[in-house]
Amino acid sequence: MAYSDKVIDHYSNPRNVGTLDKSKKSVGTGLVGAPECGDVMRLQIEVDETTNTITDAKFKTFGCGSAIASSSLATEWLKGKTVDEALAIDNMEIVEELALPPVKIHCSVLAEDAIKSAINDYRVKNGMPELEMAKSHH
Amino acid sequence: MLKLPIYLDNNATTPLDPRVLEAMMPYLTEVFGNAASRNHPFGWAAEEAVDYARDQIAGLINCDPKEIIFTSGATESDNLAIKGIFEMYSQKGNHIITTTTEHKAVLDTCKHIEKIGGKVTYLPVNSEGLISLEELEAAMTPQTILVTIMYGNNETGTIQPIREIAAIAHKHGALFMTDGTQAVGKIPVDVQADGIDLMAFTAHKMYGPKGVGAMYVRRKNPRVKVTAQMDGGGHERGMRSGTLNVPGIVGLGKACELAKQEMTADAERLSTMRDRLEKELLTLEESYVNGSVEHRLPHVANISFKYVEGEGLMMGVKDLAVSSGSACTSASLEPSYVLKALGLSDDLAHSSLRFGLSRFTTDEQIDYAINHVKEAVTKLREMSPLWEMFKEGIDLDKIEWAEH
Repeated sequence: MAYSDKVIDHYSNPRNVGTLDKSKKSVGTGLVGAPECGDVMRLQIEVDETTNTITDAKFKTFGCGSAIASSSLATEWLKGKTVDEALAIDNMEIVEELALPPVKIHCSVLAEDAIKSAINDYRVKNGMPELEMAKSHH
Repeated sequence: MLKLPIYLDNNATTPLDPRVLEAMMPYLTEVFGNAASRNHPFGWAAEEAVDYARDQIAGLINCDPKEIIFTSGATESDNLAIKGIFEMYSQKGNHIITTTTEHKAVLDTCKHIEKIGGKVTYLPVNSEGLISLEELEAAMTPQTILVTIMYGNNETGTIQPIREIAAIAHKHGALFMTDGTQAVGKIPVDVQADGIDLMAFTAHKMYGPKGVGAMYVRRKNPRVKVTAQMDGGGHERGMRSGTLNVPGIVGLGKACELAKQEMTADAERLSTMRDRLEKELLTLEESYVNGSVEHRLPHVANISFKYVEGEGLMMGVKDLAVSSGSACTSASLEPSYVLKALGLSDDLAHSSLRFGLSRFTTDEQIDYAINHVKEAVTKLREMSPLWEMFKEGIDLDKIEWAEH
């Protein structure tokens, strides 16, 4: 399969690979996927409580090039967004930006799930109710 | 200067040996006759070339040239042998024994047999990919007409105990067939000494052209008959109709002749190279050889690199043409059924790379491959959450994964 230039770029020079301190209250962690499915994404956000803005985002992904690129792109988009703006990120925007073929759409779905899961982790840690995860893509 | 990418997917197909192409050329140009044309020199020349190829092939596997039936490749040969035996011997029984690690050409043919009233036993394999002779013996029944077990596996290179399997099949009055696709031309395959009654093999896995293969069918002790699966002019002793692919057959013949001459030296050189590749890659933590190390084709290595995903890894080793046990092409990923049959977990099966060396592989290419794979695995592990968890001592089996 031929990968798009953007997928190759994110795969070769992944943005924001790393780990945030998950014990901090300001850090939300989302771990989605499963090793036996061939995709595991861990996406973390650090939120400035006063502005409700995401100040930092990091990821680590076990998966194919499209999965790595989807999570790398997600961290790029998350930085500087408010939590509400981040919640609005739709997987199809990732598909479009990376020109993912139909068989790789699930990678973008996983990235969206990872974002929502990280936000939920942050909300729960900070005494807010958990948001219902949209699983409509599955 | 090393030319990239480096081709190390020789279990999928091999390049054409220039000497094979040279032998074929006249039959693609001036010698164009139909080998079945008995009335003029054009036909005679073609027939002579086909007969010569039959001799070359027979010389490699130690059979009578008349026992070679030309086909379009190993998939057709597998289909013809299994379906043809099932039909021909239906009076005697309807039971076939095979293994779970066969190529799809055998497995799906067996599934077809089940649909048309046959019974098939799929023998499991151990962690090295080998069947148990005791289990084979226990599976034999008076209705068993055929045991079909591959010679060497396409994914792991594991070589089955062919002679012992043949002896068990014969003891119980069944025929023994083997898919020799990966083995013929790579290791000595002797249908007499091995006790093989039918065998499928193909040219393009041994430096010959694509689109031509053969089925070996024993003519003596016992005389084996196969019901044709295609109707037509009754070529190939009535077992396989269709105008013979003369240039392809000439290529298969030449490939067999070269294999006979060079196999021993090739095998020694390739296994040395393969062992070096493997030894170096195993210096990476948490990397494992899949299949049998002891009973293995000389040119194959299949290695899992835990905590990195196969397709991502393949993208990382873009300078190499290899294949992976992971097929990440849909939301429901299917890891290699061969590796799973060996007892590998899905994640380890997803993390595998298969290296297949050829007559044309060089030490320089192997050096490059070693460094390239090491770099890619290291880089991807730094990016892998599973690797981080492993390093922190977290038991990944105890995590409740959010399945998607």
